[in-house]
Amino acid sequence: MVVITGQVMSHLIGEDAFQETDMIGVSRPVVKHSFSVQNPEDIPAIIKKAFHIAESGRPGPVVVDIPKDMTTPTERYPYEYPASVKLRSYNPVSRGHTGQIKKAMDMVLSAKRPVIYSGGGIVMGDASNELTELAQMLNVPVTNTLMGLGGYPGTDRQFIGMLGMHGSYEANMTMHHADLILAVGARFDDRVTNALDKFCPTAKVIHVDIDPAAISKTIKADVPIVGPAKSVLAEMVSIVKASKKQIDKEALESWWQQIEEWRTRHGGRFRTDDSELMKPQQVIEMLSKVTNGDAYVCSDVGQHQMFAAQYYKFNKPNRWINSGGLGTMGFGLPAAMGVKLNFPDADVACVTGEGSIQMNIQELSTISQYDIPVKVICLNNQSLGMVRQWQDMNYESRHSQSYMKSLPDFIKLVEAYGHVGMKVDKYEDLEAAMQEAFSLKDRMVFMDIAVDPFEHVYPMQVPRGSMRDMWLTKTERT
Amino acid sequence: MRHIISVLMENEPGALSRVVGLFSQRNFNIESLTVAPTEDATLSRLTVTTLGSDRVIEQITKQLNKLIDVVKVVDLTEGDHIERELMMIKLKATGQMRDEIKRTADIFRGQIIDVTPTTYTVQLAGASDKLDAFIDAIGTSGIMEVVRTGVSGLSRGEKVLSL
Ligand SMILES: Cc1ncc(C[n+]2csc(CCOP(=O)(O)OP(=O)(O)O)c2C)c(N)n1
Ligand SMILES: [Mg+2]
Repeated sequence: MVVITGQVMSHLIGEDAFQETDMIGVSRPVVKHSFSVQNPEDIPAIIKKAFHIAESGRPGPVVVDIPKDMTTPTERYPYEYPASVKLRSYNPVSRGHTGQIKKAMDMVLSAKRPVIYSGGGIVMGDASNELTELAQMLNVPVTNTLMGLGGYPGTDRQFIGMLGMHGSYEANMTMHHADLILAVGARFDDRVTNALDKFCPTAKVIHVDIDPAAISKTIKADVPIVGPAKSVLAEMVSIVKASKKQIDKEALESWWQQIEEWRTRHGGRFRTDDSELMKPQQVIEMLSKVTNGDAYVCSDVGQHQMFAAQYYKFNKPNRWINSGGLGTMGFGLPAAMGVKLNFPDADVACVTGEGSIQMNIQELSTISQYDIPVKVICLNNQSLGMVRQWQDMNYESRHSQSYMKSLPDFIKLVEAYGHVGMKVDKYEDLEAAMQEAFSLKDRMVFMDIAVDPFEHVYPMQVPRGSMRDMWLTKTERT
Repeated sequence: MRHIISVLMENEPGALSRVVGLFSQRNFNIESLTVAPTEDATLSRLTVTTLGSDRVIEQITKQLNKLIDVVKVVDLTEGDHIERELMMIKLKATGQMRDEIKRTADIFRGQIIDVTPTTYTVQLAGASDKLDAFIDAIGTSGIMEVVRTGVSGLSRGEKVLSL
């Protein structure tokens, strides 16, 4: 992402001029780099550098701050966009260290209980094919982070689900008992590892990442590999193909048996008999069915986001767009609009909550202005559900600021903007309504779906526990 | 452990604030920090002394390297190195204190670089603990003002930090 910010005229900078804000300063902690334009003739070179930095290595946002007088209409300069760019202080790696990759593959081929743990780096780094090929050659289980979903086909037998705080029972159990973790494009963050000192006690760790600072930051890597996921995985595939050594098939067989046992024990079950209302999980399963698992799904932050991650089967990379580790409510609708603009013929859904959607509800206007027919799937539980869940579990259900008695009539609201509103209260009506929503190709549709306000997201890791310490339902713990 | 980290970076506006921001943002400690342009005016050399476990120091060097303006980073304390800090210290100097200060400054190889009827200003260079020792020897009651540059350093022998 490159962000162009407008700045006051250069001679006014520092004088607290009208609408002056230190854009470079306020954005500094959250950007990869920033530029401030001092001469108009530097603009093309700076823009070139900005895009180069934003896109290469570990991608990240770059700010270009342009004072108003840099674009004075009376001053004219030829716009010569440089063909290439070189920065002596910035040279992202283009491939991993072959010696390290060989060492890693030797470990993988010697493992008895291996698991591949892959993240957003697979999606960003366009390495999904390489990952899939490697995993299937070896018959190793694959778990994805929240950002990595779709990096490995979600309906494949070897896929054991998302891992971490709201990861699947089988994924967290597999991680905990593994003897080898091959981590690719993932960063062992706190929503994945749970307590660091209890993390996967028997596992050796191979960590592949393009960002050296991501390696051994929280979990020490036994074999660190700095490089782009795509080329490192491709090298791994050719090493396995050429290798005389084979992975221990018998050991793997009993490993899979164990994993299948875990899978049957929990397998993403949820109750439908404890509420009159429909369950949010059912809505996501329906969305997956109606869109053939092929929609672009954007989401906000909360329970609805976790249900979407758990129950939508992402078979392709780049189909699941959410704010991940930043946890930014309000992200979903603008993200969906951006995706729809880029893929006008695709089904684009924004799975959201009645809380999150109100953070950027004004975009309903932009949607009319530019005709961007996205579908909003609002799991309306009449509460800031994720916050309420934590209050239920950690604060004895003393609810504070997490319920909403002030909701607008979403149907009237979206109709006021000229869009289509649909209210669904009963599960029996859901499929037909959703079919209809997606059949209205050129209309923005807002589905306001009433779901059980008391539902929790499970599994949920027990705070400060290991990967395998989980609540499986409101009353059942591992 | 205490580490001296030397950074070669672009002499660009904003570069220093990125380094300092990184330290505060990530809760890294800064004991001292010094920065100035090198013989090549497009490059600055920054030296930061910091405390941290091996894991933290590894993160500091990696995070510094990640900054676009940073060209090279070295942890001087990993090898043989030389470190110096400069201090100027203004002291009350009247009566027999004048001789006493002069003697102590001589022992520490300091120089008196400014003299008034009531004050001496002593300049002292050396490793930081030597400067601390001088302050201890003088005693805090006579000290009017202390200014220290923070540590700079380089590797011994042929090893250099350059482009
Ligand atoms: C901008 C922002 N504000 C606050 C939060 C904290 N927060 C996380 S989840 C959540 C509740 C979201 O409610 P809703 O969108 O209705 O989703 P639900 O959990 O009910 O599915 C809140 C307030 C956040 N992540 N982002
Ligand atoms: Mg809600």
